[in-house]
Amino acid sequence: MAEIKQLKDPVSRRRFLAVGGSTTAVAAFLAACGDDSGTTTTTSTMGSGGGDETAQFGKGDVGILNYALTLEYLETAFYADVVKSGLFKGAELETIRKFGAEEAEHVKALTAAVKSLGGKPAPEPKTEFPLKSAKSVLELAGTVENLGAAAYLGQAANIQSPEVLASALAIHSVEGRHAAVLNTLLGESITPDGAFAKPADVQTVLKSVEPFIVG
Amino acid sequence: MNEKLSTPELAAVEIDAEGGDLSRSDVILKGALAAGAVYGTFMVGPYVRKALAMSESGDVGILNFALTLEYLESTFYEEAKTRAKTSGELKSLLNLIASDEQQHVEALTATVKKLGGKPVAEPKFDFEYNDTAGFLKLAQTFEDTGVSAYNGAGPMIKSKEVLAAAGGIVQVEARHAAAIRLQNKDEPAPVAFDPPLDEKQVLKAVEPFIV
Repeated sequence: MAEIKQLKDPVSRRRFLAVGGSTTAVAAFLAACGDDSGTTTTTSTMGSGGGDETAQFGKGDVGILNYALTLEYLETAFYADVVKSGLFKGAELETIRKFGAEEAEHVKALTAAVKSLGGKPAPEPKTEFPLKSAKSVLELAGTVENLGAAAYLGQAANIQSPEVLASALAIHSVEGRHAAVLNTLLGESITPDGAFAKPADVQTVLKSVEPFIVG
Repeated sequence: MNEKLSTPELAAVEIDAEGGDLSRSDVILKGALAAGAVYGTFMVGPYVRKALAMSESGDVGILNFALTLEYLESTFYEEAKTRAKTSGELKSLLNLIASDEQQHVEALTATVKKLGGKPVAEPKFDFEYNDTAGFLKLAQTFEDTGVSAYNGAGPMIKSKEVLAAAGGIVQVEARHAAAIRLQNKDEPAPVAFDPPLDEKQVLKAVEPFIV
């Protein structure tokens, strides 16, 4: 998590504001609402609209969906590898299976959504994850889920189609649930960003998952 | 457990997909919402259309609607500090959530004002429960309903800034929901897609607690 937080420079000012208590949280919320103080954080975290940030994955909503699809493929592969690793038993294994199954449903839904917009679904990346111990795997899972939730949040306002937005929101909150469960298992705060979750931009997210994508 | 109210058993949301064309009238909420039963296995298609069936309302209207829900949650958790008989880990969780909800109230109030609107007045609430289990059951209902309310309202929000900010709140509500569900030994993320609820459905769910 520490690594990821460092990478989130564009939002660090708001993160700082948000931890200072309720008064500053209002300031943080207003900053996110495009306060007229000329803050640059809003634009940097929200992009300039139309899914420009995700252009490498396709135009507009297709690009955003394909970006999300790539992340969901990664999560699905991760959980499948973890299940196979034999590192978990009992209730924890069941949780991992359940989360993996939900990520797989996200893959299906996003693939269908890309096709319905006339786009070409992003290919499934080849992945490899370090699966050394149960603890390190849970930590990685926590990182991936918190990042996934932040990734959806970072794109929500860029989505053009209300239907696509509704789908993304329905997935976004489930990623938030997953993240909270993993944070609980890790003994970490369920809301590491405080009362207002912070978005992550595409560059930050891709840089964070790059080590797990091979070829 | 109180006879009159008990805790709200949220009945099923029924989706009648005649001809694949869903409108709000096709979606029936039976009684108060029951989080567990609300969750079905529906595909993307039906529920996005359901979300879009939410009544037209400007951003101020949506924010004030969210503010009402946050008032409810904030009051509920604040009261629970002295009523719910929590200790240890649950007590810490309660304090954390209470603080988050209070910050949501303040942020939404400020945002309504900033948009030139008038923040809705804080309603009076009445939460009937007698023990920790009763508190947790209600908490689960409120958090799941909150998530679904924001998800349902999201596509109606016109301002990108307000949408991004609401997204930052709903994710926190989802995290609360998962943590409360863990306390209840319930599935923290019961379905792959959190179902949206429209304004009418949400109001029906929270009405019993507004006096």
